[in-house]
Amino acid sequence: MAEKLLMKGNEVIAEAALRAGCRHYFGYPITPQTEVAHYMAKAMPKINGTFVQAESEVAAINMVYGAAAAGARVLTSSSSPGVSLKQEGISYIAGAELPAVMVNIVRCGPGLGGILPAQCDYFQSVKGGGHGDYKNVVLAPSSVQELYELTVEAFNISDKYRILTIILGDGMLGQMMEAVEFKDKEEIYQDDKKWACTGTKMERESNDITSIYIQPEVLENHNLKLQAKYKKIEENETRVESYNCENADIIVTAYGTVARIVKNVIKMAEKEGIKVGLIRPISLWPFPTAEFEKYAETPKAFLSVELSAGQMVEDVRLAVNGKRPVHFYGRMGGMVPSQKEILDKIKEILNK
Amino acid sequence: MATVFKKPHALKDLSLHYCPGCTHGIIHRIVAEVIDELGIEGTTIGVSPVGCAYNNYEYFHVDMVQAAHGRAPAVATGIKRVHPDNFVFTYQGDGDLAAIGTAEIIHAATRGEKITTIFVNNAIYGMTSGQMAPTTLLNQVTTTSPFGRKPEIHGFPIKVCELLSQLEGAAYVERTSVHDVKNIRNTKEAIKKAFKVQEANKGFSIVEVLSTCPTNWGLNPVDALKWLETNMLPFYPLGNFKGKDLEV
Repeated sequence: MAEKLLMKGNEVIAEAALRAGCRHYFGYPITPQTEVAHYMAKAMPKINGTFVQAESEVAAINMVYGAAAAGARVLTSSSSPGVSLKQEGISYIAGAELPAVMVNIVRCGPGLGGILPAQCDYFQSVKGGGHGDYKNVVLAPSSVQELYELTVEAFNISDKYRILTIILGDGMLGQMMEAVEFKDKEEIYQDDKKWACTGTKMERESNDITSIYIQPEVLENHNLKLQAKYKKIEENETRVESYNCENADIIVTAYGTVARIVKNVIKMAEKEGIKVGLIRPISLWPFPTAEFEKYAETPKAFLSVELSAGQMVEDVRLAVNGKRPVHFYGRMGGMVPSQKEILDKIKEILNK
Repeated sequence: MATVFKKPHALKDLSLHYCPGCTHGIIHRIVAEVIDELGIEGTTIGVSPVGCAYNNYEYFHVDMVQAAHGRAPAVATGIKRVHPDNFVFTYQGDGDLAAIGTAEIIHAATRGEKITTIFVNNAIYGMTSGQMAPTTLLNQVTTTSPFGRKPEIHGFPIKVCELLSQLEGAAYVERTSVHDVKNIRNTKEAIKKAFKVQEANKGFSIVEVLSTCPTNWGLNPVDALKWLETNMLPFYPLGNFKGKDLEV
């Protein structure tokens, strides 16, 4: 029978990783995600797993790089300034095509900023962050239940494509407690990882994991191979939830916890005779462009609501491709918009 | 005809890319001979650095992971924690280990990670063409200390073995050189012992090997060996700093 527990978001991430077969965690404390590390510090020794509190985020991501190269399912977690430090290793992981999962429970910035929820790392997550032409899969859960399910998925996607998958949550999601229903058994993607460094046992040629290709022809081919992989991921791993979009007067788009606020706005708007739709990207990369194209000419306008100065809105504009106006409403610094604020913005756009 | 001398099996039969007179080739051979003699080729995983030895993963017959600049000890930590029964070594230069990777080497040592580091110190940045390294000697001329290294401007050279030997997690710390046959033999003994310390789960082991950089020192290979002996040995004394009496 499935197990239902009341748990904190950050702890659910750790538990989900364990259920997905992750036995190696490397991290460094930073608010508001530290409970992931607390959970792993307790759990890993009991199951003969690894918990290492690294000396820095830079070291932690490089430990992840080593463990992934050695063929393990491996997790690290951090929050915005910590993730900035990890960017060097993230680029190397992309270059060496290693599978790993990283959690970013985003706080507000720039700089040391504050510890309250934000979505200001969208650009950094989906547009690169480190050097080079690369992509990471970025999944944005909007509930504790989804934190669990997408964390398990993240490990499978990572192994399937040899890519870093980022769970992008915000401080609110990491800190909130909700009921979560665990499955009895997870579906785990099986990969023999013949490419991994495990020691040759004198039975095969040596395996090398590298991201350096000095010859330009070779490096361009490596890049073309990466881009082909990204295209395949776009085709197979795009995730989106649409709600109430048919005949909508306006389609609001939001991800993570903000999308939950918008769902309440839809109910409030209905009472006033305004039909509001919601497109909630679950995968931020690959971005669900097709879903926006599908509804591009349905509403009078689109509205992107974010905990940022406007980052995802750029991808929404590209997807809508000028067919309708795309508006933006955002709060920063840890401020979260109220339902009324969003409804007022909708009315302003619709001149109601 | 009997074969009296051949390449060690752990070293692939390839031409190395190093400059003429550079002693990386000797140190590679020593590492491979030790792997052969200990019979650990199938269970060894190496970590390559950034710097002149960046692509030495191509040369060894063992599984190898190429690491970012300075991060080899962190990468090796990840590998060793996944495969605690395998031998894991890092091969790092002085720019890699003693500048950008200072935190990683100190913390790998202090955690007592059961890895072995081969630390090649030639007192200069080789690959990026001769800049001052943390190990550059006082008054030594480099492209970024063109008037010689001055302590009041550039600070002092770092003595890595002396530093790491203070850490409880470091089990075996030794400095050797490869400027003559006797010292090449001593280097081999030290590297062999360092791997045995790892095998015995005693903690972190490191062998610092004093090495030459004829190209960036602006010397011919023979004079480079003499320069090492005359200038580096007085400042970087050879010998064991920790773990001499460890029984492994």
